[in-house]
Formats: sequence, C-alpha cells, structure tokens
Amino acid sequence: MEKDPNNILDEVTQGEYKYGFYSDIEMETAPMGLSEDTIRYISAKKNEPDWLLQYRLDAYQKWLSMTEPTWAHIHHPPINYQEIIFYAAPKKKKEYSSIDEIDPELIETFNKLGISLEEQKRLTGVAVDAVIDSVSVKTTFSETLEKQGIIFCSFSEAVQKVPDLVKQYLGTVVPTHDNFYAALNSAVFSDGSFCYIPKGVRCPIELSTYFRINAANTGQFERTLIIGDEGSYVSYMEGCTAPMRDENQLHAAIVEIIALKDAEVKYSTVQNWYPGNKKGEGGIYNFVTKRGICKGNNSKISWTQVETGSAITWKYPSVVLLGDNSVGEFYSVAVTNNYQQADTGSKMIHLGRNTKSTIISKGISAGHSSNSYRGLVKMTKRAENSRNFSQCDSLLLGDKCGAHTFPYIKTENKTSIVEHEATTSKISDDQLFYCNQRGISTESAIGLIVNGYAREVLKQLPMEFAVEAQKLLSISLEGSVG
Amino acid sequence: MLSIKNLRVSINGKEILRGINLEVRPGEVHAIMGPNGTGKSTLASVIAGRDIYDITEGEILFKGKNLLDMAIEERASEGIFLGFQYPVEIPGVSITNFMRTAVNEQRKYRGLDPMPANEFLAKMEEKKQLLEIQAKLANRSVNEGFSGGEKKKNEIFQMAMLEPSLAILDETDSGLDIDALKIVAAGVNKLRKADNAFLVITHYQRLLEYIVPDIVHVLYDGRIVRSGGKELAVELEEKGYEWIKAEIA
Ligand SMILES: Nc1ncnc2c1ncn2[C@@H]1O[C@H](COP(=O)(O)OP(=O)(O)OP(=O)(O)O)[C@@H](O)[C@H]1O
Ligand SMILES: [Mg+2]
Repeated sequence: MEKDPNNILDEVTQGEYKYGFYSDIEMETAPMGLSEDTIRYISAKKNEPDWLLQYRLDAYQKWLSMTEPTWAHIHHPPINYQEIIFYAAPKKKKEYSSIDEIDPELIETFNKLGISLEEQKRLTGVAVDAVIDSVSVKTTFSETLEKQGIIFCSFSEAVQKVPDLVKQYLGTVVPTHDNFYAALNSAVFSDGSFCYIPKGVRCPIELSTYFRINAANTGQFERTLIIGDEGSYVSYMEGCTAPMRDENQLHAAIVEIIALKDAEVKYSTVQNWYPGNKKGEGGIYNFVTKRGICKGNNSKISWTQVETGSAITWKYPSVVLLGDNSVGEFYSVAVTNNYQQADTGSKMIHLGRNTKSTIISKGISAGHSSNSYRGLVKMTKRAENSRNFSQCDSLLLGDKCGAHTFPYIKTENKTSIVEHEATTSKISDDQLFYCNQRGISTESAIGLIVNGYAREVLKQLPMEFAVEAQKLLSISLEGSVG
Repeated sequence: MLSIKNLRVSINGKEILRGINLEVRPGEVHAIMGPNGTGKSTLASVIAGRDIYDITEGEILFKGKNLLDMAIEERASEGIFLGFQYPVEIPGVSITNFMRTAVNEQRKYRGLDPMPANEFLAKMEEKKQLLEIQAKLANRSVNEGFSGGEKKKNEIFQMAMLEPSLAILDETDSGLDIDALKIVAAGVNKLRKADNAFLVITHYQRLLEYIVPDIVHVLYDGRIVRSGGKELAVELEEKGYEWIKAEIA
C-alpha cells in the first residue's frame, strides 16, 4: 500500500493512446513533395474551376516568401515539406448511395472509433459528414437539410454545386497570406466541410464532422467554410481521432466562419489526434487557423474546444467583432501530458460598438508537457462601450509540467472594459484523500476532479459531445492527464 | 469488528498516538471525547488510511483483516466511512456524480455491476428525505460554497448512501444548529443496525443525548485514559477535563 503520489500520477499519466490503429484502404496519392505541379494535380483531381486553381497558386507564391512563425512556446525539428504527401484519397469508383457499399475496412474503422454511421444515423439524429483523409466519403441527412435550403456537404462538392457562394466567401476571414500555415493550407487544401444556412433558418440538428488522418505520411489540410446568413442559427461539431504513427504528421487546417446580421454560429471541437508516445516520439503537429467574423449587427460566434491530442497544438480560434452588438465567445479545455506541447488561446478583435466577448480557458498539464495560453483582446477606437472578460486557469498534475499565460490587451478607446483573471492550482492531497475515502480510486478521482475543473467549458458542448468529451478527459487522465 | 492494539503513530517525528487499544463490536456506538489536539482526528485518519503518518507500532484489524495493508479506497469498500471534521470542496463535481462514482466503485470492489441509474436516483431521493436535504443540493458541487452545517449534513447524507459497516463521525455535530442536529441524529439512529457500528467523535454531551453511546472513551495526550458508560460524558460536561488530568498525573 505504499502510495507515493508521484508514482500514482506517473501510472495514470502513462496509458496508451486508444485510437492507435490504421486501416488498410486502397489509397490514391499525389507524388511526394510540394511544387506548382502538386497543386495543379490536386486541383485537377478535384475538377476545380480555374479561379480556384489560381487562388491556390497565388497562395503558394505567398507561402514561398514566408517563414515558419517562431513566437509560440513550442519546439520541434524543422519540417521537410518535400517529404510530405499532400493529397491522398480512398480510390473510389463511384458515389456511395447506401452504407452497404462502403468499404468494410472503412466501416470497421468507424466501429473502432465508436462512430458507426448507421448508429449515428439511427440513434442520434446527427448528420455526419465523414472525412477520411482527403475525400468526403459519406454525407447523411443531406436530404432533410436540403428541404430547408441548408447546404451541408464536403468542400469539394460545394465547389461543384455552389461555386459562387464558395468564391464569395473563401479567404475573406483568413486571407491566403494570413500566416505561414494558412498560406500552405490555401495552396494545398484537400477537403473539408462546407455549410450554408439560409436567411432565417434554424438548423434543426447538430451538424457534425469526423476527421481522421489515415494514410502514412499524409499531411492533412482541411478547409472548412461556414456561412450563417441573416437571422440563422447553426451548431456545428468537429471531432477527430488519428491512428498511431511514428513520424510526425503535419495538420494545418483552416476554418472560416461568417455570421451575418442576427445570425448565430456555434462551433465545437473535440480534438484527440495522436499525441505521440510517452517519450514524446511521433504524434500530430496541429497548426490550425480558425477564425470567425461577426459581420452583421447582433451576430454571435462561439468556439468551444476540448483539446487532448496532438504532439503540438498551435491554435487560436478567434472572432472579429465587426457588427455592432455582436458577441464572441471562446471556451477551451486543453490537456497536455507526457511531452505534448500546446500553445493555444483566442483573439477577440472588437471593431463594432457595444460588442462583447468572453474567453474561458482551462489548461490541464501533466507529465513533462508544456501548456500555454496565448490571447489577444483588442478594443479598437470605434468599438465604444465594448466588454471583454477573460478567465485563464491552469491545473498542474505533478511537478515536471509547465503552464504559461500570455495575455495581450490593447485598448484604443476609453469606454470599453477588459477584465482578465488567471489562476493556477493543483489537485490537493486532501481532495484525493476525500475521494479515496469514499471508495474512489485515485485514477477515477483525478478524472472526476479534472472534469469538475473543466465543467464550465464542457457544459457549452452539445449533449452528445459533452459525454464523449468527459470520457476523453478521463482517458486522457487515465491515459493522458492522469 | 474493529480491533486496535497498542497503536502508536507519529508525524514528522512527533508521536501523536501513544498506544491506543480499542474494541468495537457490531451494533455498538462508541463515543470518543477529549481536549483539542489530543489525537482524535489523527486516530480517525489512521483508521481510514491516510498515508502521511508513520505507524511505529501496533495493529488494526477490521472484520478480521489487517487494515494497515489496505489502500484507502479498499478500506472504504470494505465498509469504513469517515465523516470529516473539515469536509473538502471539489469544485464542479456534482454530489450526484460524486456519489454515483463512489457507489459504483465500491460495488465493483465487491464484484457487483454498477447500480442501475433509476435505482440510484431513487436511493438518492430516499436518503435526501431521511436527512431533510433540499433537492437542489444534489446538483451543487461537492461542498463548494456550502455553509458549515450543510457540509456536515452532506457527510451524513453520503454515509446514508454508502451504508458502511463502520462509520467514524468526526465532530459532525459542530456547526449544526439544534434542528439540524436532531435531524442528523435521527438519521444516524435510523441507520443503526445489529451489524454496523459507529465511532462518534465529539466535544459535546448534547449529541450523545440523541445518539446514545454504549461506551464513552476519553482520549488524552494520545492515549485512551478512561472508558465508561454514557454517564461519563455527562460527568465530563459538568467537570471539564481537569479532574481527569489530575487523576492520571
Ligand atoms: N499533518 C500534521 N503535521 C504536524 N502535526 C500534526 C498534523 N496533523 C495533526 N498534527 C498534530 O497532532 C495533534 C493531534 O491532532 P488531531 O487533529 O488529531 O487532534 P484532535 O484531537 O482531533 O483535536 P480537535 O479536537 O481540535 O479536533 C495536534 O497537536 C496536531 O497539531
Ligand atoms: Mg479533530
């Protein structure tokens, strides 16, 4: 019954990644490396209109002149972009009209992930647009949605079906030259989701996408575009798992959200890409640009994220509050364990009057990991009477991990109020003793306490997701946060 | 049920329990009284298994098993419950969720399946009524922002949910108003059975008017210096501890 608390922490923080398998599906891939030819190859594969090819080539030129950002609190060996395959798609002969036609291996993959499409269809009423590597394989519920004029499909499909909408909004929130990884994505993006909610329509179901990185050595570059037209509402969920791999894999996605007048868009993510092993080998590099713009008055965008995966996370879901009275929210739980590194937070750029933003960030660090919050709140001159409230909490498990907070605040007017609070805490021995005394093992106790700590964020998630996220946190604790 | 023999316990080289002997049989209620800082809570924590102490001598048997070999949660699942003198706050964890985890982990230890949700909720309801606990309380986080009295009531509520065979109540009466004291005592009395036992730590004879003990012990300077019937508590209340100190000096 020797119980050195450090040993227990070690034990619980050293569980293995549970989604480490990979499926043997026939793949069609682009030649390795990046050049104009690669981009033409991708664009041709997707049968894209010329303007989109030009968009990609333009982004590529910009990318060539840019360098990787170095300001984040993360470290990794240089990435060789000539050793990456920029496009991989399951070889497919025709469109699937029923789930029975889908490669059994693929179904098996979904089953292992616990997201069988049939199950999802029948039980939860969630429309799933499953993206396996680069091509959207199956879209469900699209008919129900179509009746309301909602467009929810893969990005490539949208390019064919509604090219004008795509052209009108693509790159308007995250321009091609926004940052190094955004430029890269704009040049080589493979696929992703597209969503348009027409005027006055409340999307009746939660929209959901599951992403997976599958083929070996495949960088994945999703591109997602969500447009909430005037007075519309949508809640969108993205979840990811990636199979175990030895080499680091690059993942550089872009998500753009546009909320027009009186529209509300909620975007929820549960991210558990492969974090690498206990020694810090392997794992996903997750360099993502997510940004929304509250374009019209009284519009609202909320980001909620639960981040437990990836070797490195570099991600700052942001909101540009352009419309008067618009609202931006960011709720985040970021867990790092072993040698994971996370540099994540949010930017709230207040441009409109009476705009309001909230940032709630809960960092949980274990093992030798490093967990940083980086946030920017900017009140421009025009953003009179605006408010921001930021709360950044860190919970440390063990004494070998690090937590850092980098809040940047810029205020250019006198009527706005910015509040920032930060705390750092540990799980106390008294709390563990109390739980143990009720018969609760230390591992479960840590799971409970961490879930309690993250509750403010978890309760922002849609029901279906909240349950999954709670389990994930506990696994991350048994398996990762312990 | 509980058998403590010549237990000596130190912390940071300072000896706090200096040879405790105690026998508790099923169906009995024992009261432990004694001045501040004499080791009452230490004794309770050592029985529960807190591992910050050095046990330098002696043994503790519980239902014939060597307690000192068991982890804290194993002791709990074997039927030991500690009502804390200072209950701990666990922010964001609802009492319902906390109790469900506790009940099911104890069941798992005993080889049982998790309790079905409806059965669990019915049990919560029943015990809340027993202790006249407001419905809302169960949705609040464990002890977070609770008043002193609410915390103590919550301890007894948890005891009622877990149905331990040995409940150690460390100053559960302090912080309770007179009505709450009666409710808690009535609750404890309803839970008394032929096969369970209570160890009640208190400074006040008043609690023992409601929860009538079979035996009262006086713990002084790390030792049980006197044991007797319930009259002993009355005597202490009247005379204080000075006469005992004088007697053993
Ligand atoms: N963690 C600790 N470190 C050092 N000394 C301790 C520790 N815990 C308890 N003690 C000391 O042990 C002695 C006994 O404490 P204990 O809490 O058991 O007393 P008690 O009889 O419960 O008192 P009270 O009636 O005030 O609750 C005290 O002198 C106390 O200061
Ligand atoms: Mg005490």
